[in-house]
Amino acid sequence: MFSWFANPHRFLMLSSWLAPLFYAAAALLIAWGLWQGLWMVPKDDYQGGDIMRVMFVHVPAAWLAMASYLGMAVMSFVWFIWRHEVADIAAKAIAPLGATWTALCLVTGAIWGKPTWGTWWQWDDARMMSVLFMFFLFLGYMALRAAMDTRQKAARAGAILAMVGALNVPLIKFSVDLFTSLHQDASVITPEGPKMAAVYLWPLLISSLGHSLLFAALVMTLMRAEIWTRRAAQIRARLMTGD
Amino acid sequence: MSPAPILSAFRQALDEAWAGGAGALLPVGFFAGAAVLVPLGVGTDPETLRAIGPGILWVSLALSSLVTLERIFQADAEDGSLDLWLQTSAPAASIAAAKTFAHWLTAGLPLALLSPLLLLMFQAQIDGALLENMLFYAIGGLAFYFWGGVGAALAATVRRGGLLISLIVLPLYVPTAIFGALAMGGGPSSVAAPLFLAASTLFALAVAPFAMGAALRLAAD
Repeated sequence: MFSWFANPHRFLMLSSWLAPLFYAAAALLIAWGLWQGLWMVPKDDYQGGDIMRVMFVHVPAAWLAMASYLGMAVMSFVWFIWRHEVADIAAKAIAPLGATWTALCLVTGAIWGKPTWGTWWQWDDARMMSVLFMFFLFLGYMALRAAMDTRQKAARAGAILAMVGALNVPLIKFSVDLFTSLHQDASVITPEGPKMAAVYLWPLLISSLGHSLLFAALVMTLMRAEIWTRRAAQIRARLMTGD
Repeated sequence: MSPAPILSAFRQALDEAWAGGAGALLPVGFFAGAAVLVPLGVGTDPETLRAIGPGILWVSLALSSLVTLERIFQADAEDGSLDLWLQTSAPAASIAAAKTFAHWLTAGLPLALLSPLLLLMFQAQIDGALLENMLFYAIGGLAFYFWGGVGAALAATVRRGGLLISLIVLPLYVPTAIFGALAMGGGPSSVAAPLFLAASTLFALAVAPFAMGAALRLAAD
């Protein structure tokens, strides 16, 4: 399966129609989710009144922060074992976007936290801390890649770091979990099904799906740009040597 | 596979620590210097110092591990000895583990041994906790040095890699720092926390050598 996707040409063909499709679907879904979330759903006074509407950005961002790191680690693993270049291009593309959504999660969380919990930032809140360290993992990954002098070295060093980081994420999560959390317990994915009222759940799910599609579309765009950049570099190198 | 290359890597790291003037005393000096700056920065109130003392030493320990680790593999990559290590029959992971362990012995363990003195300067009481804390610093420091070694191996070919090492290993230091602080906190979790601290160090000992080995092969290319 990996080998099927590993062909850059096939990826370019696939993403040339899949990316625009995802952009369009993401725009519709995010717009609907925001319209529902900001205007339609009743405000929840227990969660701070109107400020709880930030949830329709905060929760998708939190979900993407975790999913994108996992995606980056899996892509790094695939590249490290099978040396499929497209996997490395994907890992490289995910990093800045993952960092962006992780930052979005932290910022919207702070905006929500100030009126409801009375603080922008709480050092002993487990989830804030794990997301913060995820953010640092992304930054370290990008800095390490940028410091390497060849593309191949950047890919190898980045893959090693992403895999070590992924092994550490459960440990980091567990250690910060020993702190108490201000966050509520899981309310969407639980053994008894969602505990959240349907009026909130649907816009939230739609919004999450929209953000995920937007993320995927942006990853594809960055990957396409990277593939074209590499081809351009190859052509330039060939012209320079005069073949 | 003969253990000779691993032993010689271990011995070479020990020798290097004592070479070049102050050698093994430098990390101790840095550790003490970083720690004694704190009372000047946050004020000299004895109650405050007693509360933050153990934590300050954790931070100083993490910082000194970062400062001293920058050169551990870089020098080998520059003078070609890394290529020689990798040509031996010993796995790269075991060479890296031997070097990092020797490095901890010469640069990390002395800091733990010095910790009771510094804690006294931070107004700690003289009791058994000082020795317990020394043990925690020794165990936690081992994890710092092994994760730091991963960063150092990844950045071995990067000029002025010190800042890069700090950024990439910071998240890896988190569990050790948290368990270490909890172990000394005296709270309800301080019974289990030393076990978690030891477990996270064992995890580092199990995982980090392989990452270091892969990174060293990269540095030698």
